[in-house]
Amino acid sequence: MSWPEDLGSVHAVRPLWASAWRRFRRNKMAMAGLAFLVALVVAAVLAPWITRYGPTEGIEGAYRQPPSWAHPFGTDKIGRDVFSRVVYGARVSLRIGFASTVISVVIGLLFGAVAGFFGGLVDTLIMRLTDVFLAIPYIVLAIAIAAVAGRSEHSIIVVLGLTGWLGLARIVRASFLSLKQLEYVEAARAMGYSRARIMFRHILPNAGQPVIVYSTVLIGGVILSEAALSYLGVGPQAPTPAWGLMVSEGKGDLARSAHLLLLPGGAICLTVLAFMLVGDGLRDALDPKLI
Amino acid sequence: MFRYIVRRILLIIPTIFLALSFLFALFFVLPGDPATLMAGGANRIVDPGVVERINERYGLDDPLLVQFGDYWKRTLQWDLGESFQNRRSVNDILGDKAVNSVRLAIWATLIEVVFGISIGLLSAMRRYSISDKLTTVVTAVASAVPVFVLGFLLQYAFAVQPHKHGWPDWMRLRTQGIGPNTWTLFFIPTGQTWRYLVLPAVVLAAGSTALAARMTRGSMLEVLGADYMRTARAKGLDGHQAVWHHGLRNAMLPVVTLIGIDFGLVIGAAVLTEKTFSWPGLGSEIADSVISRDLPVTMGLTLVVVLAFTVVNLVVDVSYAWLDPRIRLGQDRNS
Repeated sequence: MSWPEDLGSVHAVRPLWASAWRRFRRNKMAMAGLAFLVALVVAAVLAPWITRYGPTEGIEGAYRQPPSWAHPFGTDKIGRDVFSRVVYGARVSLRIGFASTVISVVIGLLFGAVAGFFGGLVDTLIMRLTDVFLAIPYIVLAIAIAAVAGRSEHSIIVVLGLTGWLGLARIVRASFLSLKQLEYVEAARAMGYSRARIMFRHILPNAGQPVIVYSTVLIGGVILSEAALSYLGVGPQAPTPAWGLMVSEGKGDLARSAHLLLLPGGAICLTVLAFMLVGDGLRDALDPKLI
Repeated sequence: MFRYIVRRILLIIPTIFLALSFLFALFFVLPGDPATLMAGGANRIVDPGVVERINERYGLDDPLLVQFGDYWKRTLQWDLGESFQNRRSVNDILGDKAVNSVRLAIWATLIEVVFGISIGLLSAMRRYSISDKLTTVVTAVASAVPVFVLGFLLQYAFAVQPHKHGWPDWMRLRTQGIGPNTWTLFFIPTGQTWRYLVLPAVVLAAGSTALAARMTRGSMLEVLGADYMRTARAKGLDGHQAVWHHGLRNAMLPVVTLIGIDFGLVIGAAVLTEKTFSWPGLGSEIADSVISRDLPVTMGLTLVVVLAFTVVNLVVDVSYAWLDPRIRLGQDRNS
């Protein structure tokens, strides 16, 4: 009973991914972004082995030191090693970025798939719901939910996960609207498959490419939003080494020790940029029509 | 066309109602008792009698549905209530802060339109030149840098450094507040006010300028390759005439949509910009009021932002439908 899918995976799916990877590899900017992200993930995983100090450990007598061999990123006003904090901060940012993007993708896929597949009243209701949430400025919503849920990493993940699915739902809905009219869906219906099976086993894999591209860019957006919420004082609490929080803590020392602000700020910027470049590269690689 | 506009307006009324009702319910479950806050703050011991009188005055002990009904009754009469913190009327706060935000937004929009579109056009017409590549890199970085990091970077370059090196005073920009706050014709700064305006306006504009440049470049490249452009050249127009008379109008269509899509982003950027430069506008006031749980201020100011957002989107959609008949006809068929 399962031979049509096996055929699909052997003859269509693998060559697509292989040729996409070939196209992606030719894109220098995207490869640079990917290399940076791989390095960042490795650094985050190996944080205890590549840093000499703990992220919250104060070093006696070393306050506000500029970058040096002993402290490549300098030290902050209570003598913590900024390099350690930035490396451990990558763990915080990546955890929040991936976890809340997963939440957004799950919600966006479900709502988008249901709206696009069933159409009619269900579709109208779901699209009106996204309109309502789009009308609320996301930053007000995020600050409000963060205030309800309390200041912690988990509540930030929930906040950003619950506010990030709107665009995804629209993209998935658009794909489902056009895909459900194709012959292979009709064939699946004729074979008596359940609607859930048709939606998630037959249509979803073909609607996956824009979702992959959008989610990659979304991770960068989430990291940017997390930094903004930390900066506004509704993100993770001190002494968590969150990059946005470090920028916020460093702003008072801008005149004397600009590195306290510029280094974590640069880390946010590079990470977001890398996700955007990889997202752009994936879009070009997965959509051969453009080339 | 008329039917399309009427239907769009009827659709945004429930959207606004549901959005604000959702926020109201959300703030209702916020921890932290507003009466205690007003009576002296969460960390001090307050007289229970005072708390009771405050609860009575603002109806804070009423059930959710009663408060909800009162809220809508007042709001429909454009009475936005008074601040829990300093008892100022929210209508007054709104009047004060909104003008400052609008002035900042006007300048940011001017920067976005002038620089974003012209940079995008130049890039598209000299594709793969050094300046085009530079534009691609700069716009990518500008969309990735957090608003507040860019703000501090510019403060460092244009205020801290000049101060350190003793530059003459007329070369220094200001980084905090709005200064003497004097204007002519509503939006042209006079006296020293411009020194306070330059940095926040540039920072607020940065993200959307980069986006506008990218969009303009992309859509202009698409237009330049279209058949009707070849026709325009074939009938004897030179390159510039073809671009100006035939290309530009079509290339601008997607950029118009950007204004609507972009608005939510601009509001987020405005909150961060105003906080970073202590600009006394709506954005920083909303953020402060949410954090200090000043419910009437948050709800009143958010109402205005939600209204502005839906109206901007309405105008964009309607003008788009007017420019492109396929949209309104397609909508008519669906309903």
